[in-house]
Amino acid sequence: MPNPDPGGHWGEFGGRFVPEALIAALDELESAHASAMADPGFLAELDKLGREYGNLPSPLYLAERLSEEAGVEVWLKREDLNHTGAHKIRNVLGQALLTKRMGKTRIIAETGAGQHGVASATAAAYFGLECTVYMGEEDTRRQALNVARMRLLGAEVVPVTTGSRTLKDAMNEALREWVATVDGTHYLIGSVGGPHPFPMLVRDYCRGIGDEARAQFLERTGALPDVVAACVGGGSNAMGIFTAFLDDDVKLYGFEAGGDGYDTGRHAATITAGQIGVLHGARTFVLQNEDGQTIESHSISAGLDYPGVGPEHAHLAATGRAHYEPVDDAEAMAALEKLARTEGIICAIESAHGLAGALRLAKGLEPGARVLVNLSGRGDKDMGNVVEYYGYDGAFQEQGAQ
Amino acid sequence: MRAAEAFAKSKAEGRAALVGYLPAGFPTLADSIKAVEIMIDHGADIIELGLPYSDPVMDGPAIQRAADQALAQGFRTRQVFEVTEAVSGRVPILVMTYWNLVERYGVDRFARDFKAAGGAGLITPDLIPDEAQEWIAASDEHDLDRVFLVAPSSTEERIASTVEACRGFVYAQSVMGVTGARAATSAAAPELVRRTRAHTDLPIGVGLGVRSGDQAAEIASYGDAVIVGSAIVNCYLDADDIPAGHQRLADLTADLAEGVRR
Repeated sequence: MPNPDPGGHWGEFGGRFVPEALIAALDELESAHASAMADPGFLAELDKLGREYGNLPSPLYLAERLSEEAGVEVWLKREDLNHTGAHKIRNVLGQALLTKRMGKTRIIAETGAGQHGVASATAAAYFGLECTVYMGEEDTRRQALNVARMRLLGAEVVPVTTGSRTLKDAMNEALREWVATVDGTHYLIGSVGGPHPFPMLVRDYCRGIGDEARAQFLERTGALPDVVAACVGGGSNAMGIFTAFLDDDVKLYGFEAGGDGYDTGRHAATITAGQIGVLHGARTFVLQNEDGQTIESHSISAGLDYPGVGPEHAHLAATGRAHYEPVDDAEAMAALEKLARTEGIICAIESAHGLAGALRLAKGLEPGARVLVNLSGRGDKDMGNVVEYYGYDGAFQEQGAQ
Repeated sequence: MRAAEAFAKSKAEGRAALVGYLPAGFPTLADSIKAVEIMIDHGADIIELGLPYSDPVMDGPAIQRAADQALAQGFRTRQVFEVTEAVSGRVPILVMTYWNLVERYGVDRFARDFKAAGGAGLITPDLIPDEAQEWIAASDEHDLDRVFLVAPSSTEERIASTVEACRGFVYAQSVMGVTGARAATSAAAPELVRRTRAHTDLPIGVGLGVRSGDQAAEIASYGDAVIVGSAIVNCYLDADDIPAGHQRLADLTADLAEGVRR
């Protein structure tokens, strides 16, 4: 697996675009992470935690009825069955264990819809760390249940009232807080973005998704999948599953949030539509205006609703190793419904973007081709959106599918 | 005018320089020009023009609000050159900016247009020298000052490499935290200045948290420049209207200018 250069760059992407005040902490983090990754004791403890607490490894599941309809084999990596309901538990357990190793006693985190906040609060509770979560004020109202979960787990939730009051502003606020408290506090970032070493570090903690899936796939089929698909917001679940397959003859597809439709301009398709720039400490693709001011993103899925993307994805896109396409709200919701009705699995709306993209791809594949989809999270948290999207009258028609 | 000229003058007068910060376009485009003139009239030696940005991760609430206001009024990057052109000639004008705005405009193009407007150089809070190859080349090409930051957490090695990349002066971020006026300035500041001075003969400006002549006098006892930002922005945020803000700014600048002369 290619790591970035010593400055944290993959090609022209990544790096450290942060105040000098944070550089010492980033250096400390980089060195702590490297030593942890080389320490069998740390890795064994993380593995044990994953198995006994996180419900890992997650199963690989052949969705037979869905496959029949799709005309290809659709295999699902069931990250929705993990503790706290998504792949995010892998990242927070890794970073929280690292926090303890660094002798820090407090974590801060940003969250959009609250899933990373809940996962962070969970890890903080497990390890006995203080936890403060920054969340856009709008989101604290829309996701009151997740705010309650975080508080029940003992975390402090700080509503962010600056800027557009969304995930990007929560990240701004977490970075501001980190500068002021960096001695005893770890910033438990929620995706493969931010300044080096965060994109590499979060990938390393999430890569178990792909490592497991690759071994499971070989064991079950004797071969590798033809295509691996995942949704991409910041991109942690996609990097998590892509990493194991980078050197294989396997096509990699990331599906970004197309929001109201790519043509409407109201979307979060950062790689498809963005330009190279600097956001939250890294050079990557950014949704920005002519002057470089960040543009607000739009998606039905809060977890994908972010105007930047992890720099390693930017590099994989620029080099052509992975392909990125938008999936709009309607197409994602149709896939969510189809999975529910054919397989009895209600996935997260985020993950439905990856599934929808895979089903679209399937139309151009040979019959019987094998497609692996990272089902990165479960949909319990999204039932409010589902009800709102389809209406209360129960008219759950399949709609929007191509 | 370059920063070195202002420092030569303040040094000859046996005092620290006063650096005033204001976002271009705040409180309005025309009034940001007026505000800079007020600061110069009342004793500012160097002006820092902020470039309003949607995601100012190093700024506290006051400067965030000012930037939001300027952007909501339609501020465009190129207007910083208009402001610079209108006020340049009397004191050095530097632009303090988050890096994406320069990168988006084009690093060399920005340097060229800013130089043509009479600008002295850039202060880059989220650009470390390690990532600054393009800016170092452009600032050499167009003969502009480049001011990087050192912080209390910087190692000796990083202070050495950062001051090596600086031209004009070095910006010492005196507290670990975002911008904002504070009742007491940082105890870490004198130590940071002492550590930085061991690596350079460049003047060292001390920023973050200054709001009064007394604090300016205290910082002037060990720093070569006293940098004031949020307190200047607050003149307008706290005033009933813009003329009242101008009056507050005149009074504050006079107080700060007196402070650096004690």
